[in-house]
Amino acid sequence: MSEALQAATGEVRNLHTISLFVHNRPGVLVRVALVFSRRGYNIESLVVSPAAKGGFSRMTITCSGASETLEQIIKQLAKLVDVVHAVDHTHDCAYETEIALLKVACSSAERTEILQIAEHFGAKVVDYGTDSLMLRVFGASDKLDALIALLGPFDLVELVRSGKILMARAGAAT
Amino acid sequence: MAEKITTGADKLIQCLEREGVEYIFGLSGGAAMPIFDALVESKIKLVLVRHEQGATHMADGYARATGRPGIALVTSGPGATNTVTGLMTAHMDSAPIIVLCGQQITPMLGKDAFQEADVTGITYAVVKHSYLVKDASDIPRVTREAFHLATSGRPGPILIDLPKDITQGPCQAAFVDEIDLPGYTIPARGRPELIAAAAEKLQASKRPVLYIGNGAVISGAGKAVVSLAEKLRAPMVNTLLGKGAVDETHPLHLGMLGMHGTAYANKAVVDCDLIMAIGARWDDRITGKLDEFCIDAVKIHIDIDPAEFNKMIRPDIAIEGDARLVVEDLLPLVEAADTEEWLARCARWRRQYPLKYPRQGGLRAQRVLDVLQEVTGGQAIITTDVGQHQMWAAQFLKTKLNRHWITSGGAGTMGFGFPAAIGAQFARPKEKVWAVVGDGGFQMTLSELATAAVHKLPVKCLIINNNFLGMVRQWQEMFFENRLSGVKLEGNPDFVKLAQAYGVKAWRIKRSADIQRILQAAHEYDEGPCVVCADVVQEDNVFPMIPAGAPLSGMLIEKPKQKLEKPTGST
Repeated sequence: MSEALQAATGEVRNLHTISLFVHNRPGVLVRVALVFSRRGYNIESLVVSPAAKGGFSRMTITCSGASETLEQIIKQLAKLVDVVHAVDHTHDCAYETEIALLKVACSSAERTEILQIAEHFGAKVVDYGTDSLMLRVFGASDKLDALIALLGPFDLVELVRSGKILMARAGAAT
Repeated sequence: MAEKITTGADKLIQCLEREGVEYIFGLSGGAAMPIFDALVESKIKLVLVRHEQGATHMADGYARATGRPGIALVTSGPGATNTVTGLMTAHMDSAPIIVLCGQQITPMLGKDAFQEADVTGITYAVVKHSYLVKDASDIPRVTREAFHLATSGRPGPILIDLPKDITQGPCQAAFVDEIDLPGYTIPARGRPELIAAAAEKLQASKRPVLYIGNGAVISGAGKAVVSLAEKLRAPMVNTLLGKGAVDETHPLHLGMLGMHGTAYANKAVVDCDLIMAIGARWDDRITGKLDEFCIDAVKIHIDIDPAEFNKMIRPDIAIEGDARLVVEDLLPLVEAADTEEWLARCARWRRQYPLKYPRQGGLRAQRVLDVLQEVTGGQAIITTDVGQHQMWAAQFLKTKLNRHWITSGGAGTMGFGFPAAIGAQFARPKEKVWAVVGDGGFQMTLSELATAAVHKLPVKCLIINNNFLGMVRQWQEMFFENRLSGVKLEGNPDFVKLAQAYGVKAWRIKRSADIQRILQAAHEYDEGPCVVCADVVQEDNVFPMIPAGAPLSGMLIEKPKQKLEKPTGST
């Protein structure tokens, strides 16, 4: 849940980021998802991609729920036969990034301010329509949250976020 | 004549033969036909069951009696969904069973074809691992992995879903011996520094308790645990599933702990200064109210499954490893200890709060079980169903030998006992096998009387018949002002006549005076299965009892006079 959403719902839940290195076998995604759902955890974002090693995949999962339950979730994930390892990166200083696409409907009068905001965040205009702009931005999730919040007064028509991906720094394993 | 090609089903059966499978408990159907066909020429013996749930519990009973995986074979759709309860039962109690399911042909998957069900999807939550085989060349690898996974580490059920085009089509794949599962590791020895730390705590303890669970049964830790207990002079208690890991008649043994455990076992746990779990998982039936469980005692937890650490309680020392290996490594690190004062206290509790029941007022289940213990000499394999009879059996039938006590603990599956006994009897043909069941649970799987009769299996079934779902009735009496709802089993059949209808020898016990004679006759009867129906008093209660969610110190030795609050801490 983004901070903006948290502010909107008044709900404070802990966000955790877990990365999994999994054997790319049928059903592995369902098995992983069931570990979360059985224990009342909400998956906020989930990114699955092929790992450098053939036959294996990386999953980066951002999830929210009671912190006490997290240890059990990590262990149950690690216990899955197809999960090679599961690491909680919540308090690591791992490199994290996320990409977002935003479609903002705007009049020509509003356009200048939106472009200024976009420039400040290093967001690139990837589609320039007569009454809308599409922006692409990447960076830390809270940076994306900030941009989205700033665009709040405008007509944000669509928002697609990739979900967070991360990699442990230097010698540490992701 | 052209040489017969090897089909996927042939290959599957050959793989099972290579794994040493003796029996398959199965029920056929369209999608499983190629596999049943391949069994015709196999040396593996097929036991045709009457319901797929029975097949899974037979496989489970076979597995628990031996440690070797039990195999069930069923067809697709309803055949497969009927195994869900058996899978869950095996999963909760870490029993190695392998369920082979026929499945629709692969092009029809997901199309609501006849008897097609998403069986892997339905069963994810109740298996250790599962496979949907979409390529016949995977059969040898999948089978090898299934046996490895089912029996190693913390054992558990494996499901293999086998589409009919895969089992019917050709399979040229070679057998597989190596396992390549990078995500699966099997803990063995514990970390030496943790074992040393545990030894130090054990040595320092004045009032230790060894709390023995199913992990000790599975790993065969009994001998090492007894040596440790004798060296430390530490009393032992075991869980419902831990029965038999060590001889319950050992002088240092206080019996079962927990909700319906002995008062002296629970009192020892309440007052101990150290409790060491050996392959046990601090289940809610053991701990009662967690916040008040052994607050000041040092807690050591030995478990092969690290996910059990910090799940219910936070142990001071958590040792990941095989129960037997860890206890064996502990042994040389401890010296003989003096706990005579503590043992004297335990002995006082044992004298003060023995297991007891009224000797008058009709036939009592406890009395029947007491006599069964005499008749079997504690040497028989006992399986049970779930409910009051199960708790009385756990209390009064002292288990002396490992893998001689088979019960559904975690899942609490009614209908388990009788088919599990059939599986155990196939596994252990020379042993006497007794199923102790209630009239409620027995009726859930009694159709397997036919299975036992066909094979002239000398399995014995003792029905503790009180014409009630007795445990629920007891709770309604104690916590719901005796407002009985849905517990009276009106319309029970005459179980003796029912058995006879299957061609099964049967007796009825109506009076205490007949118990010994009839149980003895049944025990010696070996021409086939037999049934003993004991018509016991209808409204009896299991004590001691710790109400669900109450602390262990809130144990009731007998029925209290005052009204009790409804349990809220657990079900």
